[in-house]
Amino acid sequence: MNDQELIPHLFRTEYSKITSVLCKLFGIEYIETAEDIVSDTFLLAAETWGLKGLPQNPTAWLYTVAKNKAKDFLKHQHVFTNKVAVEVKRSEGFADELEIDLSNTNITNSQLQMMFAICHPAIPAESQIGLSLNILCGFGVDEIADAFLTNKDTIYKRLTRAKEKLRTENIKMELPLASEINSRLEAVLTTLYLLFSEGYYSTSKNTTLQKDLCIEAMRLTLMLVENEHTSTPQVNALLSLMCFHSSRFEARINTQGELIVYEEQDETLWNLELIEKGHFYLNNASKGHQISKYHLEAAIAYWHTHKTDTHEKWESILQLYNKLLQVEYSPIAALNRTYALSKANSKKEAIVEAEKLDLTYNHLYHLLLANLYQGINTEKVFSHLNTALMLAKTETEKANISKKISLLQAN
Amino acid sequence: MKEFLLIFRREDSNYAEQMSPEQIQAILKPWNDWIGGIAAQNKLVTAGNRLESDGKVVKPNNLITNGPFVEIKEVLGGYTIIRANSLEEATELSKGCPILQVGGSVEVRAIIPMNN
Repeated sequence: MNDQELIPHLFRTEYSKITSVLCKLFGIEYIETAEDIVSDTFLLAAETWGLKGLPQNPTAWLYTVAKNKAKDFLKHQHVFTNKVAVEVKRSEGFADELEIDLSNTNITNSQLQMMFAICHPAIPAESQIGLSLNILCGFGVDEIADAFLTNKDTIYKRLTRAKEKLRTENIKMELPLASEINSRLEAVLTTLYLLFSEGYYSTSKNTTLQKDLCIEAMRLTLMLVENEHTSTPQVNALLSLMCFHSSRFEARINTQGELIVYEEQDETLWNLELIEKGHFYLNNASKGHQISKYHLEAAIAYWHTHKTDTHEKWESILQLYNKLLQVEYSPIAALNRTYALSKANSKKEAIVEAEKLDLTYNHLYHLLLANLYQGINTEKVFSHLNTALMLAKTETEKANISKKISLLQAN
Repeated sequence: MKEFLLIFRREDSNYAEQMSPEQIQAILKPWNDWIGGIAAQNKLVTAGNRLESDGKVVKPNNLITNGPFVEIKEVLGGYTIIRANSLEEATELSKGCPILQVGGSVEVRAIIPMNN
């Protein structure tokens, strides 16, 4: 890694750590101050390192500077007298010896607490993902806007409002009580799941960014798995699901950054180590009695790590989708279920079932029907592909459908 | 959308007792596929439950019988709750029920919410 890449890289990894630790120390109502301190630290790093060269240990340098800036802030603010000083006096220290704890343990704990603070029920769901990306993953407004295919202003306003909410709702940086952990975890898991999906199914053309989103979601989920209070079967199931999906990273995107569909992937490119890990966490997830949607989706993803079409594979996937839809309906699950039905039972049965789905506005619905009608009714294949082309939202999708149409016309 | 209770009735038989897991699976599959199909249309409220054949019926004057089964041919086998725009639509959805393949019946009844 050269010097030019080092600062953005450190920013990504260290921004969240220092911000979380400072928020824990100051109280989350000072989140913007904490962020300012960290931003100033990076600014100073860019200036100083540019002039004097890299320090021996850049991370330690950042921590020292951030600590000093934090101490200055505390000395000059009423937060010190009102909040921290009381606690500091209770322990043995004095203001000058105030220790800002940037040990690994405290960093991890602070980040975990930050996760729960961001996914507090008082914060609107749409803001939770943006806040997570911003504060927990060190993503800038530009990157978040790119990932959500929206503009910077919208994201900026959304983040500012959400941070305001953290302040006004008096949200604490703490792990929920053992009795609340399951219900509070649900919101955290939803956010991490969406974060991962945003990366995995993103229509953004920035493939590096997509992968980063997935990696960040996995890093945060792993933190939950590694903490004894939060490592529930559901959390393990979610991590298993992410491992199985991400095992196909290298196989699903070609050198031009285009998506390669599952059927056409070179399975020798699938990452066996991640598949192994998927098995491991799925095993951990099977403790307990509850079967969550993450369990079902992880099991479906498990079957997709078997490339060969067998009856057992598709029958299992069909039954898992049957159950998943009972836990939580979603259009994509309904469509995938119908595809599995065609593989496990018959195309004819699947066509009848597909036509009962009230999803005619969805281009994926028409792509499914075009697929099912292949070899049965060519006219229908083309009419559904044309409707899909009309309904598709992004250029990439439109291009893929057009390619499909011309391929079929050539045959 | 209204909710509808689907009541499954079939001829009383204890055929489930000596079946192999494969045979049970073969009977369950059409049920799972049918329920899954309703769920895929986002019209399932709850898959409901199956009922054991054994039961008691309590009547006035402390009269307890081993079920009404001696008097009528069909017994209650289970229930499911679905969501539909009309009784007609709910009836249409019931046509795929596997109980019909073994001579059973589905009774479709609109649910009146208790808080209304």
